Amino acid sequence: MNLSFHQMADPMSQFEVKKLFELQIGGIDLSFTNTAFYMLLGVSLIIIFFGLAASRGKLIPSRSQSIAEIGYGFVANMVRSTAGEEGLKFFPFVFTLFFFVFFANMIGMVPYAFTTTSHIIVTGALALLVISIVIIYGLYKNGLKFFKLFAPSGAPFFIYLILVPIEVISFIARPVTLALRLFANMLAGHIMLKLFATFAAQLFAAALAGTALLGVVGVLAFAMGIAINALELLVAGLQAYIFAILTCVYLNDALHPSH
Amino acid sequence: MNFLSLAAPAANGEAAGGASFPPFDPWHFPSQLFWLAILFGILYLALSRFILPKLGGVIENREDTIADSLDEAARLNEQSKEAKQQQDLALAEARGKARDTADKAREKVEAEIAAETAKVDADLGERLAEAEARIQTLRTNAMSNVEQIATSATQAMLGRLGVNVTEADARQAVARNTQQEG
Repeated sequence: MNLSFHQMADPMSQFEVKKLFELQIGGIDLSFTNTAFYMLLGVSLIIIFFGLAASRGKLIPSRSQSIAEIGYGFVANMVRSTAGEEGLKFFPFVFTLFFFVFFANMIGMVPYAFTTTSHIIVTGALALLVISIVIIYGLYKNGLKFFKLFAPSGAPFFIYLILVPIEVISFIARPVTLALRLFANMLAGHIMLKLFATFAAQLFAAALAGTALLGVVGVLAFAMGIAINALELLVAGLQAYIFAILTCVYLNDALHPSH
Repeated sequence: MNFLSLAAPAANGEAAGGASFPPFDPWHFPSQLFWLAILFGILYLALSRFILPKLGGVIENREDTIADSLDEAARLNEQSKEAKQQQDLALAEARGKARDTADKAREKVEAEIAAETAKVDADLGERLAEAEARIQTLRTNAMSNVEQIATSATQAMLGRLGVNVTEADARQAVARNTQQEG
């Protein structure tokens, strides 16, 4: 029970990974941690929510089934509109990715919960998974034509000398930006939340201790905290959407590299 | 802060160092990747194998049902339109038939009236002619009687005066006089 003032004020402590139980395989530390627990929670919630909706499968849907179907239609439309009908073979993958990130972000909005996506190793792994699928599937489907992606047709020869390096760099930057965007957004948002919340708490404590004026500032900080909470709720949904739609855009490149 | 966090019992050892930036602390990378791979894999399998096909089937089924219902409604609408048309047709036919029947009846009645009138007219004409003929005979008879009476009266008057004339002369004289008068 760490309730020390220093711990409370430290905005980084919320990102600390802690072992829940130890697990070592071949000398590698694979302990079940709090991040793993919250991933498990998100995965379980997704399976329960969509599993219930699918298994009930009523013709006239209940409220929760309706929401599940809206989620299905939302992701299906996203895939179809960005990657075309052929992209629908990746629909389960994009669906998994979107709701994995979405639930992780939303669970992170619950006070004291851990935000899995605020760890670069998690977002980085997901981004690398996406880009690996793009490269492997792109080469498998298009062969060497996949590299047309780096040389869009129709430009004069000397332009290619500049264009191809730019395209290559932008392609390499894709997984990096994909991972960093989600990671940085979640990290920064949660630091902000924590800062304003602890700041408000400290100011209220100071006000109770005697400096009444600080209470006014505390109210302002508290109001700001609420506003940022609302903003973070938006960001949590938006970043999951951006992650998924960029995945669709990259998959579209694998499906149709000449565009 | 940690009193609700699950980390409390295990908050010791290498992770407890608050100085480093936790997301870049490499000790937990293998375990993170390990559990992410397992959990993401489980989620992907569960969704792609069982849940999404079923959910898609439910949605498709509903769309099919709606499309079927719409088709059925269109079909019934078409049917009702057709029935309305047929009814209109039957109505027009019946109306025509009724008009025909009425016309026929009227014609028949008119013909009957005409026939009756003609018959009555003919009868009347016949009776008139008959009556006229009788009047004529009566008149002729009356005239011949008058002649006879006048002849015999003339004979008788002349006889009283002492002039004897034959019946033929008397008739002649009467005839002459009546003809002059007539």
